[in-house]
Amino acid sequence: MITCEEAARLISDSLDRKLPLRQRVALRMHLLMCKFCPTFRQQLILLRDAASRYREEAYTPP
Amino acid sequence: MKEEQGNLNPDTWLKDHGDYLFRYALMRLRDKTAAEETVQETFLAALKGKDQFKGQASVRTWLVGILKHKIMDYFRKSSREFSFSELASLEDPSQDLFDQNGRWKAEPVPLRDDPEDVLEKKEFWKAFEACISSLPKRLAQIFALREFEGLRGEEICNLLGISSTNHLGVLMFRARAGLARCLETNWFGKKE
Ligand SMILES: [Zn+2]
Repeated sequence: MITCEEAARLISDSLDRKLPLRQRVALRMHLLMCKFCPTFRQQLILLRDAASRYREEAYTPP
Repeated sequence: MKEEQGNLNPDTWLKDHGDYLFRYALMRLRDKTAAEETVQETFLAALKGKDQFKGQASVRTWLVGILKHKIMDYFRKSSREFSFSELASLEDPSQDLFDQNGRWKAEPVPLRDDPEDVLEKKEFWKAFEACISSLPKRLAQIFALREFEGLRGEEICNLLGISSTNHLGVLMFRARAGLARCLETNWFGKKE
């Protein structure tokens, strides 16, 4: 079982590249077992959504 | 040659687009002087190249396109400064997240709103900009290149002279974790 620290790193990595199978499975298992890392993942996904909205040239935040 | 410069009036560029371009550059460069310089270069380049403006895009979009190039030029020129040791010794906003056993020291705080709603809120964007500004400069630049400019890992490594995508992964994690923690304090965890 990977630690939360390792899982958090993999969550970030998964936003930049496709994880190798072994890491992907380890992360998914961790996310099923852990109460906290899914929240961290949700935060990073929100960050990404926010950033992609922010980068659209015409978009000025409300 | 036909005159096709209907709404291309350099006199109003600064007034109409100056602040926007400056903010755009500042969010990516995190350096006031550099942001001012790139915006200035953008206006000069636009003035020289105004015959190339075809009017198929808005003036702002056209100016932003030029500015993007100027920002990349800036990174290319200053990439020598990104030495490995400097990157390794960067301030690390993620360093206090975990204990020695790799467990969360302070558990991440769940969002209190639907993500879609969050992005509609003015206060969220205020916090977002403030948090990006509070990141260490290099991390903010790297985050911006990845998430605002949408560059791939290899491209960022080449541009900034970072030795491996693995190393970049560490820096991306620090930037994201730092931003998430900052937003928690300034936004997610706040009671209304
Ligand atoms: Zn965990």
